[in-house]
Amino acid sequence: MLHIKNLKASIDGKQILKGLNLDVKPGEVHAIMGPNGSGKSTLAAVLAGRDIFEVTEGEVTYMGKNLLELSAEERAKEGIFLGFQYPIEIPGVSMVNFMKTAVNEKLKYKGEKPLSAAEFLKLMREKKALVEIDSNLTNRSVNEGFSGGEKKKNEIFQMAMLEPKLAVLDETDSGLDIDALRIVANGVNKLKTPENATIVITHYQRLLDYIVPDVVHVLYQGRIVKTAGKELALELEEKGYDWIKKELEE
Amino acid sequence: MEKEQDKILTEITENDYKYGFFTDVETEFIPVGLSEETVRLISKKKDEPEFMLEFRLKAFEKWKTMKMPEWAHLKIPEINYQDIIYYAAPKKKKQLNSLDEVDPELRATFDKLGIPLDEQKHLSGVAVDAVMDSVSVKTTFQDSLAEKGIIFCSFSEAVKEHPDLVKKYLASVVPIGDNFFAALNSAVFSDGSFVYIPKGVRCPMELSTYFRINAANTGQFERTLIVADEGAYVSYLEGCTAPMRDENQLHAAIVEIIVEKDAEVKYSTVQNWYPGDKNGKGGIYNFVTKRGICRGDNSKISWTQVETGSAITWKYPSCILKGNNSIGEFYSVAVTNNYQQADTGTKMIHLGRNTKSTIVSKGISAGKSQNSYRGLVKVMKKAENSRNFSQCDSLLLGDKCGAHTFPYIHVDNKSSIVEHEATTSKIGEDQIFYCNQRGISTEDAIGLIVNGYAKEVINQLPMEFAVEAQKLLQISLEGSVG
Ligand SMILES: Nc1ncnc2c1ncn2[C@@H]1O[C@H](COP(=O)(O)OP(=O)(O)O)[C@@H](O)[C@H]1O
Ligand SMILES: [Mg+2]
Repeated sequence: MLHIKNLKASIDGKQILKGLNLDVKPGEVHAIMGPNGSGKSTLAAVLAGRDIFEVTEGEVTYMGKNLLELSAEERAKEGIFLGFQYPIEIPGVSMVNFMKTAVNEKLKYKGEKPLSAAEFLKLMREKKALVEIDSNLTNRSVNEGFSGGEKKKNEIFQMAMLEPKLAVLDETDSGLDIDALRIVANGVNKLKTPENATIVITHYQRLLDYIVPDVVHVLYQGRIVKTAGKELALELEEKGYDWIKKELEE
Repeated sequence: MEKEQDKILTEITENDYKYGFFTDVETEFIPVGLSEETVRLISKKKDEPEFMLEFRLKAFEKWKTMKMPEWAHLKIPEINYQDIIYYAAPKKKKQLNSLDEVDPELRATFDKLGIPLDEQKHLSGVAVDAVMDSVSVKTTFQDSLAEKGIIFCSFSEAVKEHPDLVKKYLASVVPIGDNFFAALNSAVFSDGSFVYIPKGVRCPMELSTYFRINAANTGQFERTLIVADEGAYVSYLEGCTAPMRDENQLHAAIVEIIVEKDAEVKYSTVQNWYPGDKNGKGGIYNFVTKRGICRGDNSKISWTQVETGSAITWKYPSCILKGNNSIGEFYSVAVTNNYQQADTGTKMIHLGRNTKSTIVSKGISAGKSQNSYRGLVKVMKKAENSRNFSQCDSLLLGDKCGAHTFPYIHVDNKSSIVEHEATTSKIGEDQIFYCNQRGISTEDAIGLIVNGYAKEVINQLPMEFAVEAQKLLQISLEGSVG
């Protein structure tokens, strides 16, 4: 569903992604790990179409389409969802209004009828229960005054509402206590189907106790330098990244 | 990132001003320029009683001694008052059968503006006075309102039919020499609306005046006078548009509101005069004096304005809170884009005891525009236990525009409390991207954010107009952030 070949991207002339390759098939869960500053968030942003990053080389194919030709909003409507590492506050815009616009824009794009107010509220109630999000969060402005944990849960709630084909979750676990972590992980697991795929970017192995990945990658200095099964996460947890850096030097 | 933003910001698209058309209707003009002769001619054209002519001449004498105010944060090109035509009226076609009949061409014009003059076709519960250039074309629902004793008519009609009321209230809130533009208006005003709600009557429908400038090289000078007698209530709405032209046109209006004991007037404006093109060419100069007085105890005036149009706006809808326990409110959204300039705000003058005022001002600046809030809160010695709360927010789109806040506060007693809060924020590229990532287009994202920001003010508008105002906000900012 997603093929990334030799992807190079830079910001302000500074190269961050330096020839990255990645293949994701429907139904798979991929974990991407790596030290701070390796380019994990950059990869997520480039996939979502953030135009402050310039793609200088490489190819990205998504569902048979050249992803790089699509605008950020088209990518979203084609089913790509980015769970932000730092979700943005939008004062004055209620979650209800925000989600209603997003859901209906996506339906419109697919040539379907927009939801009525009643249908929308019903959908929202279902999804809120699914991700165990506090009911009054959705009555507030988008992320405004939300705690760190609430913001992360809100990302999963939005993902549940939009039912993406490919979700990229950027450090959705960081800053969460164990209960919140379980809720977030549960949400992701419940939304998993044989047709969709998830890329989980994380620092810690502990999330992977709850979301079991099919593949674990290490992203280092703008490249995927190691790919293995889920046991790689445990190894990283135990030994850190130094041994990989050493391996690379050899 | 900077570069990208710059690029997007410079891609400012043509403003989609859909009211910019001109109606080719035969129009009667008086000669260009302003003199005592002009003033006399206007009065004669309108077939006015002597007292009106005297009023005008006194105002004209006063105006000649005055200078244009320079204190506003505005760059106003010099205006040659001799280059303006002060009276332009669509010519009446002879073959019309009754007084009530409207020239089909004018009817079509107002239809196109979304203001049908047919009572059957009109939004339920709204009566309209339609003013084109210098004259009122038609006032709807006059008869059904008259059954309740409500007078709703053009100013010209009021001068003839209700001279005592006009004499009693005209210039009682805005004296002829109040300021340069008020004096000018008092000398040459040509039409407008008059409203009188008798004692204890709650007006059953929204009253509204729709101002349309059509003719070129003319100024529009209209006057609105609203009187709510004891225990009365009315909600009033004003709308305005003009054709797109390269020349600037002057609009200098006066609105006076008198509210007696236990009465309430809610005055809403959706100001959408032609703002000029994206290079700052053309547009209306909107210099308006709006003031109301809460004369009796427990009375209330509420001003709500959504200002999206005009090349330059100079306007401070104000409340004189004379009655004890009277309440003044001012809710404003002012949008400036491209090269527009606005200096707008309010004055709350507390005279009576336990008087309360609320000011909520939301400025939105985009393009290379300048947007200023200017507000005065004055609590006099006798206005004990009075309160004011002011909230002045500015929202910036891009970094070539300016937002300014000029609050003036005078409190002359110790028992009163005045609070002022101000914030400035920006629509960030990260907020837009967050919306885009959820499948929401940039235009829609700006619409969501701006309407969220202005919600407190929009919510004050009557329902039908709130929806229009929301769309208008979004259109006015089209293409200003990417
Ligand atoms: N907006 C930006 N402007 C300049 N440099 C950036 C920006 N975003 C990320 N970078 C740089 O790109 C590199 C990779 O960052 P990031 O993708 O956030 O790493 P990770 O998510 O793996 O911690 C870092 O050196 C960071 O400083
Ligand atoms: Mg990161």
